[in-house]
Amino acid sequence: MIEVVPAFASVAVHYDPARAPYIRFAEAVQAALADLGEESLPTPRTVEIPVRYGGEDGPDLGVVAAAHGLSADDVVRLHSAATYRVYMLGFAPGFPYLGGLPESLATPRRAEPRTTVPAGSVGIGGSQTGIYPLTTPGGWQIIGRTSLSLFDALRMPPTLLAIGDIVRFRAVAPDGTA
Amino acid sequence: MICHVLHPGQLATVQDGGRTGHQAEGIPVAGAMDELSLRVANLLVGNDERAAALECTLVGPTLRFDEHTLIALGGADLGVTADGVTLPLWRPICLPAGTTLSAASAVRGCRGYLAVAGGIDVPPVLGSRSTYLRASLGGVDGRALRRGDRLPLGAPTELGRRIGASVARDRPRDRVAIATWGASTSLVPFYTSSATVRVVEGEHARLLTPDSAERMYSTEFRVGAQSDRMGYRLESGDSPLALSAPCELLSEAVAFGTVQLPPGGNPIVLMADRQTTGGYPRIGEVASVDLPLVAQLKAGDRLRFRPISLDDAQRLYLAREDNIRQARAAIALHHH
Repeated sequence: MIEVVPAFASVAVHYDPARAPYIRFAEAVQAALADLGEESLPTPRTVEIPVRYGGEDGPDLGVVAAAHGLSADDVVRLHSAATYRVYMLGFAPGFPYLGGLPESLATPRRAEPRTTVPAGSVGIGGSQTGIYPLTTPGGWQIIGRTSLSLFDALRMPPTLLAIGDIVRFRAVAPDGTA
Repeated sequence: MICHVLHPGQLATVQDGGRTGHQAEGIPVAGAMDELSLRVANLLVGNDERAAALECTLVGPTLRFDEHTLIALGGADLGVTADGVTLPLWRPICLPAGTTLSAASAVRGCRGYLAVAGGIDVPPVLGSRSTYLRASLGGVDGRALRRGDRLPLGAPTELGRRIGASVARDRPRDRVAIATWGASTSLVPFYTSSATVRVVEGEHARLLTPDSAERMYSTEFRVGAQSDRMGYRLESGDSPLALSAPCELLSEAVAFGTVQLPPGGNPIVLMADRQTTGGYPRIGEVASVDLPLVAQLKAGDRLRFRPISLDDAQRLYLAREDNIRQARAAIALHHH
């Protein structure tokens, strides 16, 4: 086995056929699955993410508000009142796919992805919300930005968030004060 | 030991066997695009097969070695010369101290590999020296080589030292000593600008329209200009592939060689710098043994898919691994 990659509703197992051919490896995985015991998960961590909503940090806040006939303040209130769960990490190092976005905020991705979304940007893509750990291209609607570092290769662990974490967003003023 | 970068070429990065073990955190594997070339070049200088080497794209770099160094070239032929002597691929080569290595443009293939006995000793990041440019991870400060860089080289292994000594002994009159032996042609692929690549049916291939399922294997795709270390974008002209119904998937893990079909209908073959997960339908998985053929295609080159069963793909993979194992054993035996 090389490594295991969990996603929303699946688990991928990367393996090297030179060590165990497919049939034998698949049988071992099946056997392990058949033998799963109950395991209690640790109490999830709760991580609070300070976010500067709107303005240059959240250029699509108005788009999201308009899409639902809400005010920008309503969007901020709804987004920061909800409790989210990290379902998986993917897309980029430390990028959390968060479940729990209020249905009233679900907004389609942008028709044209941006070529540059700054690190820390908080976005909405369909019924999901997430945070861009690195400056990358991206198609989600950007409503705010955090100054927390979601990924740092020299930190242990390198990602701020882990699968299963509880996440809450807290609105802060542009200078970072509450 | 230091290797000086006098000119970086088009895009040269430090790559090893990849940053495995961190995909669950969303961290891509990266690593050499043409893993076979990396491994064979490393074997020839006595390194661990997955040691860090230079991956040079299309136009090679100009480098100077301060000290006597054992190297091997693999992958694309970048027309490398050492103080004017043309160097062959796939052979150990001893460079005397102060040698300048120059390169031209790729004659065949796209990515050349330069393995140095002892490897490129940049600091490992999350267990690997591979450069992942999008997150500025690994390699030389997370970026491609630049003029003026000083690449630290590791100490050669005992086997590397013995290979170097025997090459010098076999060529006592040559300043640049090229081994009389090298990797056999059965071990390394012959790169062309028009590759036929074997593909195992993907999880979502059944979602293709019958016409598209047939055209996946009859179309000659063109490698798009946007192709890079992350993925190869294939263009089929005016007849993109289509699904029988639109398909919304939850993101799932992908692999080196996964063939995705985005809504536009032009397939993407995911390569070394692929994201760890993806949400597009996966219509195929390139057989591992054929990934080097894809990695050596340039924009504008042609690619065709041919179906292969999982069993046959695995058989080919195991046969290749056996070949590599034999080559490794032979090198060790002759330098015992």
